[in-house]
Amino acid sequence: MDLFEYQARDLFAAHDVPVLRGEVATTPARAQEIAKELGGRVVVKAQVKVGGRGKAGGVKLADGPDDAYAKADAILGMDIKGRVVHRVLVAEASDIAEEYYFSFLLDRSNRTFLAMASREGGVEIEQIALESPEALAKVPIDAMVGVDVAFAREIAVAAGYPAEILDQAADVIVALWEVFTKEDATLVEVNPLVKTPDGVVLALDGKVTLDENAGFRQPGHAALADVEAGDPLEARAKEAHLNYVKLDGEVGVIGNGAGLVMSTLDVVSYAGEAYGGVRPANFLDIGGGASADVMAASLTIVLSDPSVRSVFVNVFGGITACDEVANGIVAAFGKLADAGEQISSPLVVRLDGNRAEEGRAVLAAAALPGVEQNDTMDGAAQRVAELASVGRR
Amino acid sequence: MAIFLDRSSRVIVQGITGSEGSKHTRRMLAAGTTIVGGTNPKKAGSTLDFDGTSLPVFASIAEAMGATGANVVVSFVPPAGAKVGMFEAIDSGIELAVVITEGIPVHDSTAAWAYATARGNATRIIGPNCPGIASPGQSNAGIIPADITKPGRIGLVSKSGTLTYQMMFELRDIGFSTCVGIGGDPVIGTTHIDCLRAFEADPETDAIVMIGEIGGDAEERAAAFIEANVTKPVVGYVAGFTAPEGKTMGHAGAIVSGSSGTAAAKKEALEKVGVQVGKTPSETARLMREIMTSL
Repeated sequence: MDLFEYQARDLFAAHDVPVLRGEVATTPARAQEIAKELGGRVVVKAQVKVGGRGKAGGVKLADGPDDAYAKADAILGMDIKGRVVHRVLVAEASDIAEEYYFSFLLDRSNRTFLAMASREGGVEIEQIALESPEALAKVPIDAMVGVDVAFAREIAVAAGYPAEILDQAADVIVALWEVFTKEDATLVEVNPLVKTPDGVVLALDGKVTLDENAGFRQPGHAALADVEAGDPLEARAKEAHLNYVKLDGEVGVIGNGAGLVMSTLDVVSYAGEAYGGVRPANFLDIGGGASADVMAASLTIVLSDPSVRSVFVNVFGGITACDEVANGIVAAFGKLADAGEQISSPLVVRLDGNRAEEGRAVLAAAALPGVEQNDTMDGAAQRVAELASVGRR
Repeated sequence: MAIFLDRSSRVIVQGITGSEGSKHTRRMLAAGTTIVGGTNPKKAGSTLDFDGTSLPVFASIAEAMGATGANVVVSFVPPAGAKVGMFEAIDSGIELAVVITEGIPVHDSTAAWAYATARGNATRIIGPNCPGIASPGQSNAGIIPADITKPGRIGLVSKSGTLTYQMMFELRDIGFSTCVGIGGDPVIGTTHIDCLRAFEADPETDAIVMIGEIGGDAEERAAAFIEANVTKPVVGYVAGFTAPEGKTMGHAGAIVSGSSGTAAAKKEALEKVGVQVGKTPSETARLMREIMTSL
């Protein structure tokens, strides 16, 4: 889960990373109040989870409360790379003498953590890595050892931070390590880390990604989820404990196992090329079991998507036998009928694997309206793409 | 011979008294796995009955090893206790630890890997968030359905559970030496490369299917390894060409970040070193079938 800058800033503050005073506002009036409380010049920053907001006009200086109102009014509602600005961070304005870069992240390839630091900051890290790789220090961190002040200082030296800020930078790095570990983050990035004209080191902008698998021991993290920006269907699916990702096509996809569902999306896309570019409408992994409840909830979610014109149910029976899955589909239709829900799009079901014959027989006997079977994944994908191109029945 | 797991393997189950642990213990026994006990510190000393097979419960892996000669542990410990469970397995020095548990925080799996490395990687870890490993006709450690394929000479390594099963099923008439589900988490123990190396050395494996998916660069690195070290034919498959950037697709590790971790890059890397990459799972199975019939 990626956080907004203001949320990252709050986490930083909670772990004693030096940040500027500031608060988030959703209205110009609130921005004005915050500016009044802060006093002096403030900066009004669009809160969007995308880079380049400064260039897009999403970051503005304001002389005082009234100007903060005007700047917030201009920024709120702005569209930055397809993201609408719903919040602004109003923070003290700071003069900057120098800008640096710092981050902790998970290094998947080496199965360890990594500190990346550079004397050059304020630009995107990809740009630093590309244009001056020699200026980017990459220091692996032993997860069993962690980062103490002495090691933090070594990282700061490797980054080429100026001598006069090394002690301060080391303290900041240790505090950021605490954010990284205590908050179960997979990325903690400060860009820029700045030195003010009076020589104070501050985290001016931050980016944090949290590990959702750690939710069980991070009770505060659920509140950080950006519910309103998320897709409403994704939110509903999450409530129903379904693993659903909204995509932009016309073929609803339900399957078991993340790899198989990803593969199904690909196969539907290939098949769709022959039918005017029909594409998958979603990713939905029902996981191991395929009970009637799970199948009914899945069908409800997928069919609620108005762009869906056909649905591909792709199940490989492993531990869960295909006849159980078929019974689940039949029962799901019963449940939906009882709830007065319409199956508004045709379904193509492919059952294969453990007890496939028995499962297919169950479905054939049930003769559900709008449901047809296809024995192969590729064949089913062809058929479901064709049905989507024909349109809603 | 198979890799990592064979008929001589003596398996214990960590978390044998839990619902997943007991369910899959029963299935593994039915598949012919030699299970010699389980662990649960709170129920040590008791005996469990699995359809007529009685299994002792031990306080720890080390104790179970001492009493039974176990050399493989399959772990079903829930995420909150999984780190302690992995550390215990590493401390015991058991040969193979198969961690089925899904949803382990990545800080915990990274710590476990660092801990294992500091101890010389005496314990091979498969997973976490994986279906386990099966050497058909010999032993099955994990949740892979045993009866969908038969023994044979294809080696399989995959990030995905269901695609593993699909491939095992499609090529069931030819059969497999060993199938390894390495798991879909960002940090895992055994990698594609570890399995490729072992299959290359295994006299009972003639060809290898390698299944990957979006996220990370494991497939690219496997491609480089294949070019330098693998003489046996390899067929590949990569899932997730249509996955949007920045979205986690089911598996915690399955995410395209910016321009890295894409399926297209992985396919290209594999093809560049001569690995045939199927467009669909069925085409991949067909490619392997052609290779096996021409050998």
